Amino acid sequence: MSEPLLEVSGLEKHFPVTGGLLFKRQVGKVHAVDGLDLTVQTGETLGLVGESGCGKSTTGRLVARLLEPTGGSIRYDGREIAHASRKDLKPIRAEIQMIFQDPYSSLNPRHTVGTIIGGPMEINGINPPGGREKRVKELLEIVGLNPEHYNRFPHEFSGGQRQRIGVARALSLSPKLIVADEPVSALDVSIQAQVVNLLQQLQRDMGIAFLFIAHDLAIVRHFSQRVAVMYLGKIVEIGDRASLYERPRHPYTHALLSAVPEASVESGSRERIRLAGDVPSPIDPPSGCRFRTRCWKAQDKCATEEPPLVRLGGNREGHLTACHFPEEPTVHGEDVVLDPALLG
Amino acid sequence: MSNPFLSVRDLTVDFHTEDGVVHAVDGLSFDVEKGTTLGIVGESGSGKSVTNLSVLGLHNPETTKISGEIHLDGQELIGASRSTMEKLRGNKVAMIFQDPLTSLSPYHTIGRQIGEVYRKHTGASKAEAKARAVEMLTRVGIPQPKIRVDDYPHQFSGGMRQRAMIAMALVCDPDLLIADEPTTALDVTVQAQILDLLKELQDQTGASIIMITHDLGVVASTAHNVLVMYAGRAVERGTVKEVLGEPRHPYTWGLLASMPRLTASVDVPLTPVRGTPPSLINLPSGCPFHPRCDYVNLAGPELCRGERPELSPHRGHGDACYLTLAQKREIHQ
Repeated sequence: MSEPLLEVSGLEKHFPVTGGLLFKRQVGKVHAVDGLDLTVQTGETLGLVGESGCGKSTTGRLVARLLEPTGGSIRYDGREIAHASRKDLKPIRAEIQMIFQDPYSSLNPRHTVGTIIGGPMEINGINPPGGREKRVKELLEIVGLNPEHYNRFPHEFSGGQRQRIGVARALSLSPKLIVADEPVSALDVSIQAQVVNLLQQLQRDMGIAFLFIAHDLAIVRHFSQRVAVMYLGKIVEIGDRASLYERPRHPYTHALLSAVPEASVESGSRERIRLAGDVPSPIDPPSGCRFRTRCWKAQDKCATEEPPLVRLGGNREGHLTACHFPEEPTVHGEDVVLDPALLG
Repeated sequence: MSNPFLSVRDLTVDFHTEDGVVHAVDGLSFDVEKGTTLGIVGESGSGKSVTNLSVLGLHNPETTKISGEIHLDGQELIGASRSTMEKLRGNKVAMIFQDPLTSLSPYHTIGRQIGEVYRKHTGASKAEAKARAVEMLTRVGIPQPKIRVDDYPHQFSGGMRQRAMIAMALVCDPDLLIADEPTTALDVTVQAQILDLLKELQDQTGASIIMITHDLGVVASTAHNVLVMYAGRAVERGTVKEVLGEPRHPYTWGLLASMPRLTASVDVPLTPVRGTPPSLINLPSGCPFHPRCDYVNLAGPELCRGERPELSPHRGHGDACYLTLAQKREIHQ
């Protein structure tokens, strides 16, 4: 195996929580990301799923170095960038680009499409052959927009078209890695598919690696070669797509998958696992295994000992699970319903 | 069933705006039978929310023009007086909104907000209303309801707030519950809890539910009947089994094909619907879907561009498209 494009190890980001009226004292910290290991190979997509507040967006921002981690290392293309200075980061910023969730607030309403897409080239002093305008028009064409719309403003475009502008901007510096943070969740179903197909096309044509962050498990499965499941700042399971979706070993992955409503009429064969309650606060995460407070298999050991992320017997290479009492590889048990409101 | 609980006929809703008249709903008819759930599916701007705001009389009368008929349990709602609507709302018909944080008042306790509806409609005392609020919170599965009833909305998590909204909607035992994207703002595991809860409560109370959503998965897991809306019109109607199992309208096909599924092959690219939804100020002639439809030539371009297709047949599984039934079956295969 060649060296991965991105290698993250022990990544940590704790946000301080302050209290007190006059003197802001630190009274605690939000463990947004708490010891995360992952790798992204050149040209592949790693999907990152989890519920809101699990730290998946923070992870994306740390990788793009929009945030500085409080611990751990981020190696990009062999260079350590976790605490690199602005000056050292500049050439790397061109190679790691980001696509944001909200196509409305991520484009400056006062700038034309030409200025928005050409902006990164201007900042980095890049003068492509034929001029920036020509390059911007090429990019517009690549993302499926009309190059004549060069002088239009964002408000003249629909949500899906705006997201394409965001994609064109991310492409303008020919990045090697794109961090896409919920790139389609704000779009309508029929438009979502257009943008997903566009991203897949770009990945095939240009060999761009993606860190694809989303809460929609079906979209992540469609777009990613490997998938990592996060819970409260930690990865609980990671593996290649087929292995993770067909044989989830962590109870949380299992529960997440079984909670997705399927648009088909013959759904009787699927198991139902209904988790009770909500994700605990990341300010004071549970001891041991963080999922234990909602897990139906939790025992004393789970509260005292944190399960390591390891390859379990029966799993394929690269499929790692952090659980003391993992699910059987092929389990088709009874429904598990933990919601007190439904137990009557 | 001759007398459906809610019957909407030829509903038209126009908004007057600076840019022109927005035809938000354009000749919509549907029925909801007692104790059943109707799923209304459509993308943003398809008129699904506006339809239900008009059922509740929550539109702005100065800028909105409504025509058609809405019969709730035999009572005509269009043109009904304000006081009549006020007696219905929260009592016979209740609504659950998408965003539980903005639909709850941050200044009042959860218990007071639930109790207010109850007091207004039953004239109960404060103490009775509070007892009722505790009972409702218990029913929707809020732990420690006696303590939590005095909490403010910010002390609740997203899923608990949505449960509180449901408690508020159900406090007067309504016969019709309108849920507008009730789970869109929630995580999947919480979404599953809320959908189960709604089904459970329906079994207990026998209420009818209108479930407005853009997610066909939510419809498949909760609804009995489905109405697919596009540009203010119904393009397909039927039972869940009919519409999801043998969809007939090209737009429904498009929606189904553009959704990634957990069970589908990942090597096949998604097939999105071309283009974007039309402007509701300037609707395309004929079938509003024809500029995005792949089958215009097959069905006959003059037909599709000429006159708007009606939903046919009038009962059962119907769709608004000029393709013949045989063609639809063949294409769907």
